[in-house]
Amino acid sequence: MSIWGWLHEYVQFTIYSGVKALMILLPLFIVVAYYTYAERKVIGYMQSRKGPNRVGPKGLLQPFADMIKLMFKEIIIPTNSNRYLFIIAPVITFAPAMAAWAVIPFNDTLVFSNINAGLLYILAMTSVGVYGVIIAGWASNSKYALIGAMRSAAQIVAYEIAMGFALVGVLMVAGSLNLGEIVNSQSGGIGEWFFIPLLPLFFVYLISGVAETNRAPFDVAEGESEIVAGFHVEYSGMTFAVFFLAEYANMILIAMLCALLFFGGWLSPFPDLVGDSIGWLFGKTAVFMLLFLWFRATFPRYRYDQIMRLGWKVLLPVTIFWLFVEGVAIYFEVGLFV
Amino acid sequence: MFAKIQFYLKSFLFLELLKGMNVTGRYFFRKKITVQYPEEKTPISPRFRGLHALRRYANGEERCIACKLCEAVCPALAITIESEQRADGTRRTTRYDIDLFKCIYCGFCEEACPVDAIVETNIFEYHFENRGENIMTKEKLLEIGDRYETQLAADRSADAPYR
Repeated sequence: MSIWGWLHEYVQFTIYSGVKALMILLPLFIVVAYYTYAERKVIGYMQSRKGPNRVGPKGLLQPFADMIKLMFKEIIIPTNSNRYLFIIAPVITFAPAMAAWAVIPFNDTLVFSNINAGLLYILAMTSVGVYGVIIAGWASNSKYALIGAMRSAAQIVAYEIAMGFALVGVLMVAGSLNLGEIVNSQSGGIGEWFFIPLLPLFFVYLISGVAETNRAPFDVAEGESEIVAGFHVEYSGMTFAVFFLAEYANMILIAMLCALLFFGGWLSPFPDLVGDSIGWLFGKTAVFMLLFLWFRATFPRYRYDQIMRLGWKVLLPVTIFWLFVEGVAIYFEVGLFV
Repeated sequence: MFAKIQFYLKSFLFLELLKGMNVTGRYFFRKKITVQYPEEKTPISPRFRGLHALRRYANGEERCIACKLCEAVCPALAITIESEQRADGTRRTTRYDIDLFKCIYCGFCEEACPVDAIVETNIFEYHFENRGENIMTKEKLLEIGDRYETQLAADRSADAPYR
């Protein structure tokens, strides 16, 4: 009898789950590392620069150089900060960003935890992240950090609603909260994907996704030209790196959710010609990840009141209107909405 | 009314956003203008004003006659000159210091000099490792002048038609 058999059932389950989690998180870390590299390269290229190209061939080792630098930097804790909250805040941001990946299906069977309320779980996890931002802003005991945290809180509240409503539209058409089932209900080629009947909701979701992750042009929470770095001014070294990691993991998550909810996930656009594969999911995700960088290279930062106006007075009415249209269409079983 | 509809159509179709993204998208494929500095360098004008140097005549005699015009014209008071009379009756400097921390690289000293003795070279990559190294003494300035004389003469002759 092997050593594995001697272990208690619960221990076996814990080890098994741990290994599965690592198999998702380790590639995620590598993707995050190279996403930062891609960001600097893409934005550099769009500004007629070459971007990082010194460390390793074509600068490919740059993310590791950055990582090592951040690891060896001193973590400075401001004198009048709340030490406990100051340290725990990055963790509060980081943990939900990682935990949300538990319900992401990579194909029909490849999912860490196939729970029924997957969409709800994702919504819950992505909203918890903002607590880390608010706590970081408060615990730093710095004016800039507090302003950044306040802005971030107001912004997340405004866009969370629009985002939630956009997802309600998806679950109305799919008839399920399970992400795998949502994808499977889009089977049958590009014409069946939800972005066609839900086009306005897709745009609302994409915009509020960008706002939710505090990315340009919605990055007033860190707005370096006005409030230095916003909520993470006082953070250095590894604590800063954890915030950074969480932000990029969230961006990838939003990109992947766009692909899963509106663009058929791992489903092939032409099922008669090419089969479904995990490659489709990664390809679609990469396109949305590129969009994040493209937005940042293109758009100037929104003013704070403009952000509020867009969130409450444009996106929210649009989603509610389209939910109404969708409800009527589903009731009368109109074409694509069934 | 029509203008209003047009406005809503424009903003809901993201026309202007797409225009902006089109511009950045095109620039993505443009030729990159980065200069990879230590390997590549941008061309330098013959009028470039970098590190200072004192020049000599072809017979090895130093040009500077201690007229102190440069000291007088220097807006940052970076130049200090002391002089004496030699045995042959000519006047030469005993001390010619330029404090590079004070110097603003305006080039007035070079303009003021009647004998083209004090010049500014095109050297811009230099550093100091110890205190006091920022004072360029007469010996150091003459040494720089000796070492870069060909370059200095070439730059001066290239610029001469325009002066």
